[in-house]
Amino acid sequence: MGFPVLTAILLAPIIGALISVFIPKEESKIIKAVAGVTTFISLALTIILYIVYYTQYVKTGIGGFAFTEDIPWVADLGVIYSLGVDGFSLPMLLLTNIIGFTSVFSRSWSKEKRAKEFYILLLILITGVMGTFIARDLFIFFLFYEVVVIPIYIMVIIWGSGSKTKDVTKEYAGMKLTIYLLIGSAFLLAAMIWMYKEAAVILGSPTFDIARLATIDFPAQFQIIVFGMMAFGFTCLLSMFPFHSWSPDGYAGAPTAVSMIHAGVLKKIGGYGLIRIGLFILPVGAKFWAPLIAIFAVANVVYAALICLAQKDMKYVVGYSSVSHMGFVLIGVASLNIIGLNGAVANMFAHGVMSALFFSMVGYIYGATKSRYIPDLGGLAHQMPVAAVGFVVAAMASAGLPGLVSFVPEFTTFVGAFKEPSLQIPALIALTGVVLGAVYVLRMVANVLFGPRKEEWDHVEDIKGSYWIPVVVLIAFIVAFGVFPSLLMDMVNSGVQPIAAKLVQATTAAAQMGGSI
Amino acid sequence: MDLSLLSIEIATVLLALTVLIIGLLIPKEQRFGLGYLVTIGLAIILFVSFGFYGINATLFDGMYFVDDFSIFFKQLFLVAAVLVTLAATLYVKKIGTNYGEFFVMIVFAALGMMVLASAGEFITLYLGLETMTISFYILTGFKKKDSKSAESGIKYLILGAMSSGILLYGLSLVYGMTGTTVISEVAVKLSQMGSLSPAMIVGMVFLVAGFGFKISAVPFQMWSPDVYEGAPTPVTAFLAVGSKAAAFAALLRVFLVAFPDYSLQWKMLFAALAALTIIIGNLVAIPQTNIKRMLAYSSIAQAGYIMTGVIAADAAGVRGVAFYGMLYVFATIGAFTVVMNFSANTGSDEIRDYAGLAQRSPLMAAVLTVCLLSMAGIPPLAGFAGKFYLFSSIVDQGYLWLVIIGLLMSMASVYYYLSVAKQMYMADPADDSLIVVPAGAKAVLLITMAVTVFLGIYPQPLSVLANLAANSLFF
Repeated sequence: MGFPVLTAILLAPIIGALISVFIPKEESKIIKAVAGVTTFISLALTIILYIVYYTQYVKTGIGGFAFTEDIPWVADLGVIYSLGVDGFSLPMLLLTNIIGFTSVFSRSWSKEKRAKEFYILLLILITGVMGTFIARDLFIFFLFYEVVVIPIYIMVIIWGSGSKTKDVTKEYAGMKLTIYLLIGSAFLLAAMIWMYKEAAVILGSPTFDIARLATIDFPAQFQIIVFGMMAFGFTCLLSMFPFHSWSPDGYAGAPTAVSMIHAGVLKKIGGYGLIRIGLFILPVGAKFWAPLIAIFAVANVVYAALICLAQKDMKYVVGYSSVSHMGFVLIGVASLNIIGLNGAVANMFAHGVMSALFFSMVGYIYGATKSRYIPDLGGLAHQMPVAAVGFVVAAMASAGLPGLVSFVPEFTTFVGAFKEPSLQIPALIALTGVVLGAVYVLRMVANVLFGPRKEEWDHVEDIKGSYWIPVVVLIAFIVAFGVFPSLLMDMVNSGVQPIAAKLVQATTAAAQMGGSI
Repeated sequence: MDLSLLSIEIATVLLALTVLIIGLLIPKEQRFGLGYLVTIGLAIILFVSFGFYGINATLFDGMYFVDDFSIFFKQLFLVAAVLVTLAATLYVKKIGTNYGEFFVMIVFAALGMMVLASAGEFITLYLGLETMTISFYILTGFKKKDSKSAESGIKYLILGAMSSGILLYGLSLVYGMTGTTVISEVAVKLSQMGSLSPAMIVGMVFLVAGFGFKISAVPFQMWSPDVYEGAPTPVTAFLAVGSKAAAFAALLRVFLVAFPDYSLQWKMLFAALAALTIIIGNLVAIPQTNIKRMLAYSSIAQAGYIMTGVIAADAAGVRGVAFYGMLYVFATIGAFTVVMNFSANTGSDEIRDYAGLAQRSPLMAAVLTVCLLSMAGIPPLAGFAGKFYLFSSIVDQGYLWLVIIGLLMSMASVYYYLSVAKQMYMADPADDSLIVVPAGAKAVLLITMAVTVFLGIYPQPLSVLANLAANSLFF
């Protein structure tokens, strides 16, 4: 088996957190450096894995899980500490590490206060997110799934901020986010326990191995109920309409680093789980619920985009835009064909990098000017040209400009959606969301960055020192994956293929039985 | 007859008597070391008790069991007693009087619990129960000059005596119908009798009520918030974990061994009680402002979760009860150690006074957060694994609704647990002096936190023991 590289990636931030515990709290520079180094180790290892997997597994068409580790964990439950990456989880792992690393250097304006606790929680958070993407065992997946909720809550209430445009305090935002996610996960967990017991009866031995669970053909009725419960949990996290309202409040309340991680990757766990667990294990249930998901997805795209147009707080604009973008992911999921799923997964990656840059720049401007209120700002490109570049790139990526990371994924999603006759009308409506998306980001860019120079902002400093890191790293990935989309799309395709094959097989089997459901 | 099988109990009695006598011989000012003596003695007994796994013997013609099930629970009581006595030294010093007797009573209470877990017969069971509860009557009222403590002692005495009476009534009805007090023979007699007579139904209901008092299940929970609040905090901790776990051990043996033929009837009853207990315990905990009352209600809710393992009525359920009971010891004693140390320093048990604790004592704040979140069942803490064991044992028996209630309410419980965390981490302290934790309590804090995190990430060691315990009940 060799060197357990995935465990190393997973443990690097935890070791960083443990080291930080013993550093005196006055040494905030050293603690930040420790966090930066350990997340960089994870990032570097992930990039190497990505390249190795791309050349050795994707190009050769082997696919499947690589770099696997299997250690028996809890014997009587059948839990195995089993990690591995394939073409689906590797982009997500890469995304996590890109954002994890850059979020350390983001400007979370009050974080100089109690820096030690901040970085320890941040590192725990990053580890939790990574774990969900590389777990091949459902129990281990869930173990990591909920690890993230509590650190986020504590970070929002200590280092977060209220909003000027809405009567929302950070305590409210943090608690709302926490309760939503936990209620969702309660249903998810109940569904998981039930499925586990059913599978133990069918297989004769208890297992949480996702691949083994996927070999079972659960009864159609069972699939429909369990998928419904799971989808509720996962789509709460993905902020599907009408369970989305925690998300803009939560992002607006959270410190920059948390917004970056939450919007960038944490939400994607919802999409990841929906596809990897929901669609893969319970395809018949997915088929049943897909039309409803499609309708909600359209609501996500259009409704959230319309709300964006009316926002005056920068963080709310980005927050609602992320809700809107999740609609694209859901449309891809609801299409249930390989092209749509490719688009959905690639969209998750694209939106992750883009929203991380967006939140990073918003956070920087907020840190410098102490304001996120759009009418107060204006002409900031005069004082902070570098931040303005980052902001514009993020905005362009959000609007789906060709040559940047999100163009090909969005395009693919719609191709996949239009292939399904029942999805053509919803997809057509959702296309208006793309236009609206361009309108609200351009409006924000115009009002914040351009226009006449305002004297009151002459004192603010442009990006310098370690604040360069998020700008450079994130723009590099946005452009690289935009110019070479096959780097992402081929990878995703190899990972999604078995899931799409399972969907086709299950639905044709159901059709042969008379299509009774 | 091999009396060496009783050596755990005998050693415990000897320890109690020795400490009692030493306490009389040495001058009052020097009795403070007795607490450590008790801790060390109990720790040695705990260590030795590992050798008793796998014996599975019956003594005195079925009166007394030395099986893995009873050993597991004895270890649970010993762990609880070790941690409580270690954490309590400073706190008891503040009470001032009868230092030695305090620890002696703890040991006697633990002895009663051990008998309760091993009892194979109703009279022995009652004997153990009374040894335990009478020790607790004394302990809850131990702060003689404190009116709250006295009130709590009286309340516990009256309600405890009443519940013992109800339990005894139930036992005598069962004896009257079957003509035997040996638990395993009751099952045989009942299966010969066939249908369930009205007197048996009344007897079983009385047993449920009697045990319901001891585990503080709704609607028999009224005593626990008042008693928990008034009793000295170490006693509260021991009462919350030890007495509850002992009652569960006896409950499991009685209902699973004596009444398996009527499981359909009592399962329904327990399911309704469990649902009520989970819902009411959690909802009433939300508005509490006193941390001990909040923990009392949360421990009521915990009893509701554990009852799901009784409802399963199979090895998986018992395993869940054993596993959850053990990790609940660590989470509860960790939380109460913080509470007792905080009130020893500041004199307050109000949640609002916990403001800024993270800056005054990062260790205490971290331990309290970890312990509370473990009770809420947040991974990767031990409570998650425990709830998984419990809920997975009933999900395929048609109790999916109860699982969903349990999970939803445990997420709701995060609300009040987190509001404590919010006070500790977000608010600024009114008084920013550091809080010093004495060495014994610090050790307890570190142990409870480490075990809670470790068992959450790697539950295997405890699950092996819990499986042994569960299988020995269904040999």
